[in-house]
Amino acid sequence: MEEEKPWVLISEVGGDHGYLAELADIVKQHFHIICYKELLENPELYGPKVQALLNWKFCPVVEPELLRLLPSLKVVASGGVGVDHLDVPFINSLGVKVANTPGVVSDSTADLAMALLLASARRILEGHQVAIDPKTVLIPQRLMGVEVTNASLGIIGMGEIGHKIAQRAKGFDMKIVYHNRRRRSAEDERAVGAKFCESLDELLGRSDFVMVAVKLTAETRGLIGHRELSIMKPTATLVNISRGQVVDQNALVDALQSGRIRAAALDVTHPEPLPRDHPLLGLPSVLITPHIGINTFTTARRMVERMVRNARAAVEGSPVPDEVKLQ
Amino acid sequence: MAEEKPWALFSEVGGEGYLEGVIGIMKQHFQLICHKDFLKNPLVYGPKIQALFVWNCYPAAEPSLLTSLPSLKVVANGGVGIDHLDVSYINSLGVKVTNTPGVVSAATADMAMGLLLASARKIVEGHLISVDPKTTYLPSSLMGVEVSGSTLGIIGMGNIGYKIAQRGKGFDMRILYHNRTRRCLEDEEAVGAIYCRNMDDLLKESDFVVLAVNLSPETKHLIGHRELALMKDTATLVNISRGLVVDQEALLKALQSGVIQAAALDVTYPEPLPRDHPLLSLPNVLLTPHAGTNTNTTVRKMVQLMVENAVAVVKGSQVPNEVKL
Repeated sequence: MEEEKPWVLISEVGGDHGYLAELADIVKQHFHIICYKELLENPELYGPKVQALLNWKFCPVVEPELLRLLPSLKVVASGGVGVDHLDVPFINSLGVKVANTPGVVSDSTADLAMALLLASARRILEGHQVAIDPKTVLIPQRLMGVEVTNASLGIIGMGEIGHKIAQRAKGFDMKIVYHNRRRRSAEDERAVGAKFCESLDELLGRSDFVMVAVKLTAETRGLIGHRELSIMKPTATLVNISRGQVVDQNALVDALQSGRIRAAALDVTHPEPLPRDHPLLGLPSVLITPHIGINTFTTARRMVERMVRNARAAVEGSPVPDEVKLQ
Repeated sequence: MAEEKPWALFSEVGGEGYLEGVIGIMKQHFQLICHKDFLKNPLVYGPKIQALFVWNCYPAAEPSLLTSLPSLKVVANGGVGIDHLDVSYINSLGVKVTNTPGVVSAATADMAMGLLLASARKIVEGHLISVDPKTTYLPSSLMGVEVSGSTLGIIGMGNIGYKIAQRGKGFDMRILYHNRTRRCLEDEEAVGAIYCRNMDDLLKESDFVVLAVNLSPETKHLIGHRELALMKDTATLVNISRGLVVDQEALLKALQSGVIQAAALDVTYPEPLPRDHPLLSLPNVLLTPHAGTNTNTTVRKMVQLMVENAVAVVKGSQVPNEVKL
């Protein structure tokens, strides 16, 4: 006879914001799932049963009001590596652990970073639109992009994702410089042919492509503003795969409209999605994707498996493999 | 006193022709006349012309033109593909043909990877959702396919194919290749590429099949019904070679029926496709308008080499890139 599985709270299965059915099935192997909507139908009955909360694409929103309904909660297991959307100290103060999924997201996110860089540089979106336009009768001779091979790439944030971006860029013979809180080992640098830039300004001034791969913290909020954008080359492209708040969006709009930088490619904005009348949406030099850095079945599956592993450990009282511990 | 420069015929500046910025490179060595002006008085201009510059297949190096150029020494092509030139016919007139290999390779390889990644990760679809006036939330179902660690099959391992392999290696892709001749061990090891003597094996195992051959009688319709059926139904076809390397009708059917998952094409036949062609409206097709070398940097290098080739022929010195059959 099957023992009742521990209860886990998720946003929803299917629908617009929810888990794909295949991903929910991974969770169901180990947990009894209750969706947010169902919880709210009878919070007094269901709330105390919930031992783990799985947070996927920021849902369900982990606010005090929700946590109050979950007296037996042991862990908030978030999908993804960023935890800026979680008040970790507050959650910890309730005796609840927080876990994320580092590592498994890195390849997929680095791939997307390069996809954005290349699509922007070689004007693939515009090319496609011209190629399928009913009015197109001739191959356009003026649709010119910028060269990626041998160009300078400046990576801001050389964690696991930043390093993997460097590895990919090396295949294109790009000249790679990076800026990071701490310098990486000589071996790490040599592996990808990257040079350390003590000065962020120096990186900004010499790069044809500026890649933002930091995590969002108090120090990195607004890291790229008016000043930084004006140091960049007018032929440069900004690529952001970190968090929208790392870039001062108004400053970015300004810089693009006045030609102080050539283009921007963003997988992240603030908020997500942007209001429909936001100026970024109308600029021809901007490529925006809807936060799809980890959107492949392979990676999503691995993330959910990690979330489940973290949640099970917390419920069983074992050490949580990816526990987020603040310094 | 300046010696008169030799005369060269070219298509046009602007419009369908050359970018204004590169004409100066040509003028350094040649007295230029554009095709339109030439046609105003071919009997006067014809005998002066020693070099014909061909860019995007224009002007067409056909008998109707070539017979009016009795002093012609060289047809200098901008670009590496010369399938649009009847080389043996041109040679029979005592005229050399030159092209521009090497300088086109990096930009074309970059484009191949750009198309592969954009298709795999649904960049165009993602952007259109992001900017759509009706979008109010992030879609959770816009899923692509993993590039890192996947299998890349390169058909045609010349300069361009090799650079594609180099780029694929950076993504930890498993690289298979098929070529008329096997590359040396050192080349293979440098990019971690595995030779597939039988193209069928490459087709069966690849997640991404990239075509980087030149167009010849042997490679026309190299990829047809049979080859597409051998591919995985989760595979993507990327074509940066020539439209005719693929049987387009077979490709259309394969995409419509899910025999393969997607296609990303910088080249079609014809270019552009007729506006009612079904390939234009398939959601799993990414098309770009033959933009493989479309950067100012690469175009400049191509024109420089094209001119260098023409100068060498006219002067009778060593020709860097003569096309020899």
